[in-house]
Amino acid sequence: MDKIRFQVLAGTHTGYRLLLWLLIILIGIGLIAAHHMESQGHWVTGMDNRVVWGLPHVFAIFLILSASGALNTASISSVFGGSDYQPLARLSGLLAVTLLTGGLAVLVLDLGRPDRLVVAMTYYNFSSVFAWNVFLYTGFVLVVLIYLWVMMTPQMRGYVRSVGMVALIWRLILTSGTGAIFGFLVARDAYDTAIMAPLFILMSLSLGMAVFWVSTLTLCRWNGYLLSPELSGKLRRLSALFILGVLYLVALHHLTNLYMAHHQGIERFLLVDGGVYPWLFWLGFVLCGGIVPVWWFLDRRFSTPAWTVTAALMVIVGGLCHLYVTIIGGQAYPLRLVSGYRVDSGFYDGEITHYLPSLPELALGIGGVSLALLMIVVAVRILPFLPTVTGSLPGSNQG
Amino acid sequence: MTNPENKPRRRFLGRTGAGTALLALAPGVRLVDLVLAKDEDEPASDETRWGLLVDANRCTTGCRACVSACEDEHALAKTGRNRLDPQWIRKVELVDESNDRSLSIPLMCQHCEDPPCVEVCPTGASFKRADGMVLVDKHTCIGCRYCMMACPFNARSFVHEEVTGQKSYSPRGKGTVESCTLCVHRVDNDRTPACVESCAVDGHGALAFGDLNDAESTVSKTARSQPHRELRPDLALNTGVRYRGV
Repeated sequence: MDKIRFQVLAGTHTGYRLLLWLLIILIGIGLIAAHHMESQGHWVTGMDNRVVWGLPHVFAIFLILSASGALNTASISSVFGGSDYQPLARLSGLLAVTLLTGGLAVLVLDLGRPDRLVVAMTYYNFSSVFAWNVFLYTGFVLVVLIYLWVMMTPQMRGYVRSVGMVALIWRLILTSGTGAIFGFLVARDAYDTAIMAPLFILMSLSLGMAVFWVSTLTLCRWNGYLLSPELSGKLRRLSALFILGVLYLVALHHLTNLYMAHHQGIERFLLVDGGVYPWLFWLGFVLCGGIVPVWWFLDRRFSTPAWTVTAALMVIVGGLCHLYVTIIGGQAYPLRLVSGYRVDSGFYDGEITHYLPSLPELALGIGGVSLALLMIVVAVRILPFLPTVTGSLPGSNQG
Repeated sequence: MTNPENKPRRRFLGRTGAGTALLALAPGVRLVDLVLAKDEDEPASDETRWGLLVDANRCTTGCRACVSACEDEHALAKTGRNRLDPQWIRKVELVDESNDRSLSIPLMCQHCEDPPCVEVCPTGASFKRADGMVLVDKHTCIGCRYCMMACPFNARSFVHEEVTGQKSYSPRGKGTVESCTLCVHRVDNDRTPACVESCAVDGHGALAFGDLNDAESTVSKTARSQPHRELRPDLALNTGVRYRGV
């Protein structure tokens, strides 16, 4: 049987160098944006006293969820005995660490006082799910780094399954914790439900697979390694399954809300007459990020790498739309301040808040994504993350 | 007969005596003050629960006495951008959905017994004092705004830009979250919050402040004798601010 080997990214690809410089520039712009927001204050953003979490949070949560989901392939390989997934396991772990780091960078740089990061690391309120997430996020990076070390050290191979199991459990708790950040907001009609935790788990599985497709197919193409049609087919079906899972839970969430009279206002706002939000939901998330990629992932006519990457990019765009609707739409809709009364005030009570993201917010978010990508492209040049085969792997179409 | 030549001498003796008496008594008076005054380090006691009772029947549309008093007391200057202005207390107009009756109420931090903002704060910067006041420690607030997401009353503001002219007793800081302190600096010195004082003088006496645990306090007596409610009773927060006539 042919042996899987791993190697560093070979050669000095022109596209690689261009990407490297582009990412460095985008990170620089992101840092300038963060400095601008910190020195001027958040008035330079589109956020205000009503929409307090804006576009940076959409990017940050997208990256955090993707990080957890990117570990799918490694988990299947180590925990569920999927040996044919093994060539991609290291890359899967690398994506998990880098994406999470990018997401945390955005989250920290958007704080009102990012200089007080040390306070966040030394003062803990354990009744806060946010405080627990600080442990879950940093712990996840540590666990996956150990996981990578175990995978990459032949003498440690015996521990791969057990460390992989810890990583799997950890990421399920992590994404539940991220969902719980919203699920515990009892006063907001858009959240306040336990379904946020499983929904975020499924979103992470779906988004993580999408990011994995784009990164892996690009890197493996540079490295001259093509996935076997069997493995590609399995991963495509898995992606479709995860997207359908997200669509199911989202439908369940909204249908449940529609049964509750006091939640019908927020449902109408997000799904029917809320301006940009229904468009992003139906067109961005359901159609472009859901139905079409499911069709393409399941239909053999669209099984080429180009179609697969396109479908994955659509899932990513759809996921960002979904997070935008959830995070920002959920805040834009007014709170029920007083049961049984309509409210109006000079502080915009009872009104829809109009949020327009600013350039610094966009730059910060893109900077976080660029940081994750830069770490990936640098890491694959330094350490052997990319698979290659000696001889011919059965079913592979080696390039 | 009085010798006129003795007048300056008598005046001198009289003034010296009065001065001596004052010097002798003043420390005593000061000592009494010190004995009666609260120690600065004396912790808040859970035997007290500070609260406000708002009488919506007295509060009128257009009157902003409480809001202005709060802005003056805490130097809450306008930013020039309405959506970013600090709003520790605001006037809210209510319309009853069942009969279209209109009301006007002041709305501020409700100083909940189980405050969602305190539960979600990752660093513990949002905290509740033993006497029920919900406050923000400006030194440990990292500006994550999770408390603003959690507050059911939109009672918290984020400081979006540099602030000037702060009062020493009411520190504010760019990048941190703030809200009504129930004028803790005044209450700790046996005074009432600025909004309550102003409502009594310039407004319509719609606000009553006091210890909800003290059966003899005006606020407790009023609360016992007249129906009142929380704004969101469904959330079971047991707020320290109650409304009558809503």
